[in-house]
Amino acid sequence: MRILERFGEGTIAFLEYLGGIFSLVGESIRSIVHAQIRYAETFIQSYELGLGSLLIVLLTSLFTGMVISLESAQQAVQFGMGSLVGGAVTYTSVRELGPMLTAVVVAGRVGSAIAAEIGSMVVTEQIDALRSMGLSPVRFLVVPRLLALAIMLPLLTIFADIISIVGGMWIAQAYAHINPATFISSARQAVGFDDVVKGLVKALVFACIIAFVGCYQGLSTRGGAAGVGRATTSAVVISIILIFGTNFIMSYLLFGTH
Amino acid sequence: MDASIYARLDDVTHSFGDHVILKNCSLDIVRGAITCIVGLSGAGKSTILRLLDGLIEPSSGHVYVDGHDLCHTPERKLVDLRQKTSLAFQFAALLDSLTIGENVGLPLREHTALPDEKIRHIVDDALESVGLRHIYDSLPNELSGGMLKRAGFARAIVTRPELVLYDEPTTGLDPIVTNLITDTILRLRQKLDGTAVVISHDLHSIFRMADYVAMLFEGAIIAYGPREEIRTSTNPFVQQFLTGSEVGPIPV
Ligand SMILES: Nc1ncnc2c1ncn2[C@@H]1O[C@H](COP(=O)(O)OP(=O)(O)OP(=O)(O)O)[C@@H](O)[C@H]1O
Ligand SMILES: [Mg+2]
Repeated sequence: MRILERFGEGTIAFLEYLGGIFSLVGESIRSIVHAQIRYAETFIQSYELGLGSLLIVLLTSLFTGMVISLESAQQAVQFGMGSLVGGAVTYTSVRELGPMLTAVVVAGRVGSAIAAEIGSMVVTEQIDALRSMGLSPVRFLVVPRLLALAIMLPLLTIFADIISIVGGMWIAQAYAHINPATFISSARQAVGFDDVVKGLVKALVFACIIAFVGCYQGLSTRGGAAGVGRATTSAVVISIILIFGTNFIMSYLLFGTH
Repeated sequence: MDASIYARLDDVTHSFGDHVILKNCSLDIVRGAITCIVGLSGAGKSTILRLLDGLIEPSSGHVYVDGHDLCHTPERKLVDLRQKTSLAFQFAALLDSLTIGENVGLPLREHTALPDEKIRHIVDDALESVGLRHIYDSLPNELSGGMLKRAGFARAIVTRPELVLYDEPTTGLDPIVTNLITDTILRLRQKLDGTAVVISHDLHSIFRMADYVAMLFEGAIIAYGPREEIRTSTNPFVQQFLTGSEVGPIPV
């Protein structure tokens, strides 16, 4: 009985959460469709989150490209297939690791900051003040952050793809003496333009996840400073889980039919 | 609803969890008048203002403002309705990412097409009316609590709304600024025929500005009337509250 009750409560909480997120999505779309966009704020947010995340995104992708190259070069050279290393690095970077790693980094850096900022605005009644002035918090806060992420995450992903390929190329040459020309021609064979686009579609979806989860956790903050802490943590945890989950689904849908 | 009534709480019950704050509470806010609400700390006065602003929905009962029932109204519609009402928050609630000037001018910038210089001028006037000058470019975290409170007050009156809800506008301020703010509330009422609800613990300023006084106790309005009627009331609760005595029906 107890277990059933718990299960019921859990289901209700989950459905409530979904409902909350969807109504946030609906209201954001309505705002955007009606062109109720605060462009200056969107620009500032894009600039800050883009520039703020660039270095860490570049570093994580650089090392990832390097490690893939290291691992695959070791195997490939052993079997006399060194010319495949470029393909392996590029393929995994563009289709999977570039979008994923960038999204995870940005979820940790930006998603948490969004939840913390909005959460503390809830706690100090600033959100109520906005509502009281006849301003929608969604238009005022959520939409600029959503658009900023939707613009910057694909851009950051492009940087991540490039730097991880460059890192991989460097390691391939330094470690397995695969020359850059071979590396690049192998990369070109393995990955087409459509793969890049699909990777960017993933980035766009991840951007929406990070923005909506961060904003939703922030807006539903309850109970003072401790509540802000909880909102921040759950924003990161929930968006990372959703990123991994949707990544699998999208890989299946976008690439699975090959 | 009678045209002389601007807003009304109709048999409102409100609870946070198991904690019942308002119990079958009814209150009429007379159009063009200043209604002061008094009551013990934690009695639910701020809750009444939040209900009148449509920020929260009562557990049961109805809230009417200018003929509109705020209950069961979608947030999108409320956002529009709230432009006619403004709330000066108890703890100011300024946006901490904006300067004081931007905060005070925000409702004008968002809801009117006024040019920037004009807004600047109105904002300066509003700040002046609460005794604040030269803080246009300061950030909220650089100001004292009393200064923030006054800036919040300026933001609430800057659009000249039909109904202004003041949550303890003078609490914690020095006597001179208290008078200034009381004067401002009176002046706005005279000039604009606006309706105001003021929560205050300051009996002196209450009896200077109130047209009507309502006393909230244990979740309901236990005394309501024109200020002279309340001042001379023989209701033991009112008497005890006005004299601040520890002996009487209100438990200490
Ligand atoms: N968001 C909330 N969640 C739970 N309880 C709340 C919440 N807001 C207010 N309360 C409770 O409601 C009661 C009334 O609060 P309210 O702020 O309306 O009091 P008040 O009359 O304005 O008091 P004060 O004069 O101290 O400002 C308090 O007991 C408070 O604990
Ligand atoms: Mg209060």
